[in-house]
Amino acid sequence: MKLAAGFPSPAAVGSPKRAPVKFLDEYRNAGIARRLVAGIEREVRGHWVLMEICGGQTHTIMRYGLDELLPPNIELVHGPGCPVCVTPLETIDKALELAARPEVILVSYGDMLRVPGSAADLFTVKARGGDVRIVYSPAEALKIARQNPERKVVFLAVGFETTAPANAMAVWQARQENIGNFSVLASHVLVPPAIRALMTSPDCRVNGFIAPGHVCAVMGYQEYESLVRDFHIPIVVGGFEPVDLLEAVLMLVRQLEKGEARAENQYVRSVNYRGNLPAQRVVQEVFEIADQKWRGIGTIPASGLRIRDEYGDYDASRLFGLASITVEEPAECISAQVLQGLKKPTDCPAFGMRCTPQNPLGAPMVSSEGACAAYYNYRRHGKELGATK
Amino acid sequence: MCLAIPGKILSQDDLGFARTGRVDFGGIVRQVRLDFVPEAAPGDYVLVHVGFAIGKIDEEEAHRTYEALAELGALQDELPPEEGVN
Repeated sequence: MKLAAGFPSPAAVGSPKRAPVKFLDEYRNAGIARRLVAGIEREVRGHWVLMEICGGQTHTIMRYGLDELLPPNIELVHGPGCPVCVTPLETIDKALELAARPEVILVSYGDMLRVPGSAADLFTVKARGGDVRIVYSPAEALKIARQNPERKVVFLAVGFETTAPANAMAVWQARQENIGNFSVLASHVLVPPAIRALMTSPDCRVNGFIAPGHVCAVMGYQEYESLVRDFHIPIVVGGFEPVDLLEAVLMLVRQLEKGEARAENQYVRSVNYRGNLPAQRVVQEVFEIADQKWRGIGTIPASGLRIRDEYGDYDASRLFGLASITVEEPAECISAQVLQGLKKPTDCPAFGMRCTPQNPLGAPMVSSEGACAAYYNYRRHGKELGATK
Repeated sequence: MCLAIPGKILSQDDLGFARTGRVDFGGIVRQVRLDFVPEAAPGDYVLVHVGFAIGKIDEEEAHRTYEALAELGALQDELPPEEGVN
């Protein structure tokens, strides 16, 4: 089984090391993938719209062309699985303001650096002399605080439930070690409330969800029971390999064809029902659930984490007098509809022309996990190939 | 950012508030926080995300994941830095 011969050549797209796979044979487990696709073809009858909510899964689907391998009556749409993309504009602007202050060292994960704020991004502020440092881990942010006692270190802590434990641990450890010059500007988002909000939207066409594997490695999948019950939709936890995603699709199709709505786990090697309890405990110790604004979508109730009052000394929002500026997104950016799976990036008139990774109008084009970036890297000519369904 | 990479624990230390270990990622050794996997010991494989192990994984699956990450070109991006995360 091979993909269409006219698939864009790797030379035409972004970084050479992320060349799209032209033929199914080129990756390991091709035999298993073929059997899974055959199984899906054999068992599917209805038209089903399936959504995944993990930037890593979006990229795998695009890179391996999984959506094109599947029969035409299965439509894969992408949800807001990119915490960088949904960080509120106000939070970016607060980070920018802090980064410009001479006493502050603004520490961030790398993929936040080019996310557009109202007037600039962290990269620009850094170029203008702001002390902005990229870290791989929140533990490094603490190290920077210890090494620079005369400066105020602010860590831009962004992420889904996968990253929340590490971010929480940084705060908890700062308290244990009495590190007084460290604080966190937090923007955490939670997956189950996002699913609930998507399902309650009148435009929602989703019949089943692939739940994010590493979020569930931390949280387990017991939280999805109320969702499958309330909305009568199946939810399957999936890994990020092509074979994982195909297997998750097959599991969803089987449930859908039988009219079932259960929470199931495809990613058994890394996910169990209750998740990682020590990790969950540190999150509960430092954070509490709060309403959260998702950039492009709006406020989703109880969908985020805020630092508890007991740890208020480590909350940058409280420590610094930060003005809230009302801001406008560029009018052309349709990220709201892309993040909810209502439009594909290739539906956007600015896609690939006025909006590129080098010159992004919105966050989904700049984040390594964003749907627009995934389409840009692997499917720029999707329209011409007639790939969108 | 939501990717987690498997590694094999070679050794572990308790540094007061932090439990760390040296973890082998397919030949590349880095320091990783083991606070969330109290049951893991040297010889076990763990999934590592932003410098913290978030769960145990079995060896065969770990190797599957390395190969998949290498194919995605994502292996280098997901490794902790050389200086470690403490």
